[in-house]
Amino acid sequence: MKQIMEIDRLNLHYGEFHALKEMKLDIPERTITAFIGPSGCGKSTFLRTLNRMNDLVPGVRIDGSVKLDGQDIYGADTEVETLRKRVGMVFQQPNPFPKSIFDNVAYGPRLHGIRDKARLNEIVERSLRGASLWEEVKDLLNKSALSLSGGQQQRLCIARALAVEPDVLLMDEATSALDPLSTLKIEELVRELKQDYTIVMVTHNMHQAARVSDRTVFFLNGELVEADETEKLFSTPVDARTEDYITGRFG
Amino acid sequence: MKATIEPSTRSSEGANPAAPTPGEAVSQPMNVSSNQSTGGKPSGNKPVARKRSRSGNEWFGKTYTMICVSVLIITIFSIVYFVASKGLATFFVNGVSLKEFLTGVKWAPDGEPQTFGALPFITGSFMTSILAACISAPLAFCAAIFMTELMPKFGKTVMQPVIELLAGIPSVVYGFVGLSVIVPFLRSVFPGQGLGIAAGAIVLSIMILPTITTIATDAMSNLPRGLKEGSYALGATRWQTISRSILPAVLPAMLTGVVLGIARAFGEALAVQMVIGNAPHIPNSLFESASTLTSVITLSMGNTIMGTVQNNVLWSLALMLLTMTFVFIFIVRVLERRSLR
Repeated sequence: MKQIMEIDRLNLHYGEFHALKEMKLDIPERTITAFIGPSGCGKSTFLRTLNRMNDLVPGVRIDGSVKLDGQDIYGADTEVETLRKRVGMVFQQPNPFPKSIFDNVAYGPRLHGIRDKARLNEIVERSLRGASLWEEVKDLLNKSALSLSGGQQQRLCIARALAVEPDVLLMDEATSALDPLSTLKIEELVRELKQDYTIVMVTHNMHQAARVSDRTVFFLNGELVEADETEKLFSTPVDARTEDYITGRFG
Repeated sequence: MKATIEPSTRSSEGANPAAPTPGEAVSQPMNVSSNQSTGGKPSGNKPVARKRSRSGNEWFGKTYTMICVSVLIITIFSIVYFVASKGLATFFVNGVSLKEFLTGVKWAPDGEPQTFGALPFITGSFMTSILAACISAPLAFCAAIFMTELMPKFGKTVMQPVIELLAGIPSVVYGFVGLSVIVPFLRSVFPGQGLGIAAGAIVLSIMILPTITTIATDAMSNLPRGLKEGSYALGATRWQTISRSILPAVLPAMLTGVVLGIARAFGEALAVQMVIGNAPHIPNSLFESASTLTSVITLSMGNTIMGTVQNNVLWSLALMLLTMTFVFIFIVRVLERRSLR
């Protein structure tokens, strides 16, 4: 299988704090990779290095290499805007813009220079269908996105991310602020999205990782402890710390 | 594990920590009126030391806040009543026509015949304050962007205090600087004596800069983090994020700031009076001597006798100012309510 992202000897420092230590990970194309681990283990921080969202945080130093299709995303010839267009992100809290549903989805394409109304209409419909939201909102496209429920807002954020046609979609605990039903819907959606996108998700919920993902990565105290196929990792973990964690002995 | 109890409630008695005092605020204002006294909400959440005195404290707190609030309300209503009674006397007692007052362009209170056309002052006030807001708002917006987005650290430690300092400079100093710097400058660059609407507006624009900047900065730093992140995550540049995401989100707050700024400019007397020239007519250019409602009041008040029509008509101008202030406050309220939605 083709590896779409390759991370090698990645270190991240927050000022003096060594937050990520010598990370090495390959992410295969069109799979779902889940990051698990206790709070503060660095899984979200690691996820944010994949689309350089950590650039926005002052005092962060990163070394090592992160490659997307063989190109170093921290290299001098990589434009961060182009990178983020290819590596989309969905956040923990649904964060639609205080605009209409249509404008939310069209925000990304417009950023990248698409003005044509018919083209935008088509992109918005395709993205909303992609996020299984079209049927619910097709008559409300001019309504404020903030009038939607939490679960709908999160699916709108997914649609918004899909609208710029990314290769990789990062999801940072995207269901943790949602109720169980909405969570289930998003999980189903993620499994469908796997057909076309590579998905990397952080979850604090081990069961979710087991239910949804193809591969699971376990983080602890800024270290990447173990990465394997989900079934393998949950049934026969190699590292004792992984076993302690998945059997609920801590965390 | 038992949650740590706040030291204040703890001080009551160590014997029964399981039953902490109900955290009832001692002196919440009793919703005495719908007056906008939100600024001075006394959060007198004093630690209640002893059980015995609790009801006493309660009574004291309530009475004290009631007295304070009534003093405020009585003062405000007395002022409004006083200004209104004097100001309306012009029309009802002295028989000046309201239409002439509002639309007349000739101001000659001591002339033969007396005329009381206040339109020059009304236009003067509106022109200076709106022009001031037009100069100040873009500056304030850029300053706020700079302080929150571009250089937050420098902004918070250096720029914010400096801008707040502007609010503390006495208006006579502004007027003096305006008179000795801006007026000569305008005089040498544009035709006219330099005194006039333009000079007034420039001085006022600096005076209202802190108001608008502070409100804009607060609005921007209170934006949810997700708004910016969401935009960056879609591949937006910093400028795209500012113009497409931040700017629309803070627009209602910005407008509130601008209206408050206009209100402040509208009411400012001294600095304007020093640079505007004080000619009682509608100027043909921005660099020609003019007057505002406030400047004519401060200039003429000492030269009139209480109870005369010349005096009453000044009260009418004051009433006009007061009414406009209410209108501005009303606009701000409407804007705030809209931004909450």
